[in-house]
Amino acid sequence: MNWYKYASPTNFYPLAGKMIPWFAIPSAILFVLGLYVGFFVAPTDFQQGDAYRIIFIHVPSAWMGMFLYLLMAFYAAIGWAFNARLSSMMASAISITGAMFTALSLVTGSLWGKPTWGTYWVWDARLTSTLILLFLYIGFISLQASIDDRSRADRAGAVLAIVGVINVPIIYFSVQWWNTLHQGASIRLLGKPTIAPPMMAAMLIILAACWLYSIAVVLVRLRQIIVEREQTAAWAAEARA
Amino acid sequence: MFRWIVVRDLTLAWKSRVDVLSTLFFFLIVVSLFPLGIGPETNLLRLIAPGVVWVAALLASMLSLGRLFANDYQDGTLEQLLLTPQPLYLVVLGKVLALWLVSGVPLALMSPVLGIQFGLSGNTLFVLVVSLLLGTPVLALIGSIGAALTLGLRGGGLLLSILVLPLYIPVLIFGSGAVDASITGMGLQGSLSLLGAVLVLSLVFAPWATSAALRISLE
Amino acid sequence: MLEATSLGCVRGDRRLFTNVNFALGPGSLLQVQGPNGSGKTSLLRMICGLLAPAEGEIRWQAANIHSLGEEYFTSLAYIGHRNGLKEELTPIENLRVASGLTGTQLSHDEATIVLGKVGLAGREHLPARILSEGQRRRTALARLLICKAPLWVLDEVLTSLDSSAVRFVTSLIREHTNKGGITVVATHHEFDLPADSYQRLDLA
Repeated sequence: MNWYKYASPTNFYPLAGKMIPWFAIPSAILFVLGLYVGFFVAPTDFQQGDAYRIIFIHVPSAWMGMFLYLLMAFYAAIGWAFNARLSSMMASAISITGAMFTALSLVTGSLWGKPTWGTYWVWDARLTSTLILLFLYIGFISLQASIDDRSRADRAGAVLAIVGVINVPIIYFSVQWWNTLHQGASIRLLGKPTIAPPMMAAMLIILAACWLYSIAVVLVRLRQIIVEREQTAAWAAEARA
Repeated sequence: MFRWIVVRDLTLAWKSRVDVLSTLFFFLIVVSLFPLGIGPETNLLRLIAPGVVWVAALLASMLSLGRLFANDYQDGTLEQLLLTPQPLYLVVLGKVLALWLVSGVPLALMSPVLGIQFGLSGNTLFVLVVSLLLGTPVLALIGSIGAALTLGLRGGGLLLSILVLPLYIPVLIFGSGAVDASITGMGLQGSLSLLGAVLVLSLVFAPWATSAALRISLE
Repeated sequence: MLEATSLGCVRGDRRLFTNVNFALGPGSLLQVQGPNGSGKTSLLRMICGLLAPAEGEIRWQAANIHSLGEEYFTSLAYIGHRNGLKEELTPIENLRVASGLTGTQLSHDEATIVLGKVGLAGREHLPARILSEGQRRRTALARLLICKAPLWVLDEVLTSLDSSAVRFVTSLIREHTNKGGITVVATHHEFDLPADSYQRLDLA
C-alpha cells in the first residue's frame, strides 16, 4: 500500500470519508459506557457528594485541550517545513476542536467549582492556565481567519502555533508560581482522597471516547476544508454537488 | 550595518516624535484613570499599583508595535531591508532595539512619577524601573512576532492584541511580582531573575520567529 | 550567470505561469512583458528570493538562490513598484541609509553628487514626501548608481518618468549591460541593445 498517495488532499478525501464511521461509532459507544460507569458504578465521594462526577467530563476535556494544542502545532509545523498542504489543513481542522474542549473544560470546571468552592470562578493555577490556552487557540483561529491567502494563513498559523508551544510551559510555570505567591485557592483538584478504580476507569473510557470523537470530527472538518480549498479542481466541485 | 538599522529607525522616530510621545501619554493616562475609578484610598492604591502600572505598560508597548513594520511595509522599504546582505535576524533585532529605546526606556524612566501617585516608596520605585527595563524589551521582542504576522491584514491592530497579549502574561506576572515583593518586603531576586531568563530566551527565539513571519507576510 | 528552470507561480487559487526558463550570462538583459496580472512582478520577486517558486528553481552562479541566503543579496539590486523611500527623510538621507544598509558608507557630499546626476540638484534637502512622483522615482533609481551589484531587477522603472529621465535610465541600463552586468526589467519600453545580449520573455 502506498501511504504517500494519501498525503495528497485529493486522495485523502474519499479515504477520510470511509474512516469517519470507524471512529464516530466506537466514540459514541465509549461515551455511553464511560458515562454509565461514571454516574452509576463509581461510588459517591464522601467529601464532595455527587457533584464531583462532573470531573468525568472536565478532566478528559482539559487533557484533550492540551494534547490537541500540541498536535495542532505539530501538524502546522510539519505542513510549513515540508510544504505539506494536508498537514496544514489538519492543523486548522484541529484548532476548532481543541478550542471547544478547552472551553468545555472551563465551563465544567466552573460548574464544579460552585458546589465545591462556593464560587463559579477561582483564580486557581489550573483554571487560569486553561483560560490562557483558550486565548492561544483564539489567536490561532482568528489569525488564520483574517488571512485570505491560504498558503500564507497556513504558514503564519504555524509560526504562531510554534511560538505558543514554546510559551505554554513558561505560561504554565508562571501561573503556578503566581498562584502560590498569592496564596490563592488551596483546594487541590484531585487531592488526597484516592481515586477509586471505577472513577479512574470512567475517566479513561471517556478520554478514549474524546479521542475517537476528535478524530471523527477533525476528519469531517478536514473534508470540508479540502473541498473549500480545492475549488478549482473538478473533483471537488462534483463532491460538493 | 546593524548600526545603520538602529540609526535609521531612531531618526524616523525622531521625525515622527508625536507618535512616540502619544504612546507615553497613553501610558500616563491609563495609569491615572485607576485612582479615579477605584477611589483615592492610599493603602488600596499601593496594593494595586504594581499590577496597574504593568498592565498599562503592556498596553502601551502593544500600541507602539504598530510603528515597527507597518510603515516600512507600506512604502516598500521593508522589502529592501529583507534584501540587505545581512541575516534578517539582525535586521529584526536592530529594529526592535530602536523601538525599545524610544518606547520601553522612556516608559520605564517615567514610571516613578506614576508610582508616586500610587504612594510607592523610594525603594519600590527603583524596583519598578528595573523590572520595566528588564520586561519591556521582552514585550517588544514578543510583540515583533505578532506585528510581523499581522502585516497588511484587515483589522490588524485588534488582531495583534489578541495574538500578543496572552504571550505577554509571564512578563506581567514576573514584572508585577517583583514590585509586589518589594512592597511586602519579600525577596524579589526570584522574579527579577525569572524576568531576566525570559529576556534571554526571547532574545534568542523571538527575532528568529519574527524573521520567518516577515518572509511569510511579504511573499 | 542567472538561470531559471521550469519556474511556476501560483498566487492564491490562480496559476499565473508555468515552465518559464531563461539563462542570462554576463552582459545580458531580460525584458519581461505581459498584460497586467500575468505575473511580471511575481517573477521579479522570485528572482529576488522574496517569493518562493511553486515549481522549478532559480540559480545564481550555479547555486540555488535559497541556499545562498544573504550572500546572494550582495549581488542584487531590486527596485520594485514602490520606491522604497522613507517619506520623512530627504533624498540624501534616503540614499545614505540605503547604502549604509548594504554595507558601504556614503558621505554627504558623495550623495549630493549622485543625486545631481539623476537630476535632483537643489531638491536633495527636501523631505521625499513633498517631491513629485517622478522625483521620488529618480531618488529610488539613484541607488543603482551607488551599488556595485552585478544583477539588477527592475520592476516598471520607467513609469512616471519624463522622456529625459527615460533616456537617462535606458542609458544607465545599457552601460550596466556593457560592463557585464545582468538586468531583468519588466517594461514595455524597447531597448537599443545588440540581439545577442537582449532576451524577451512574454508572460501571456
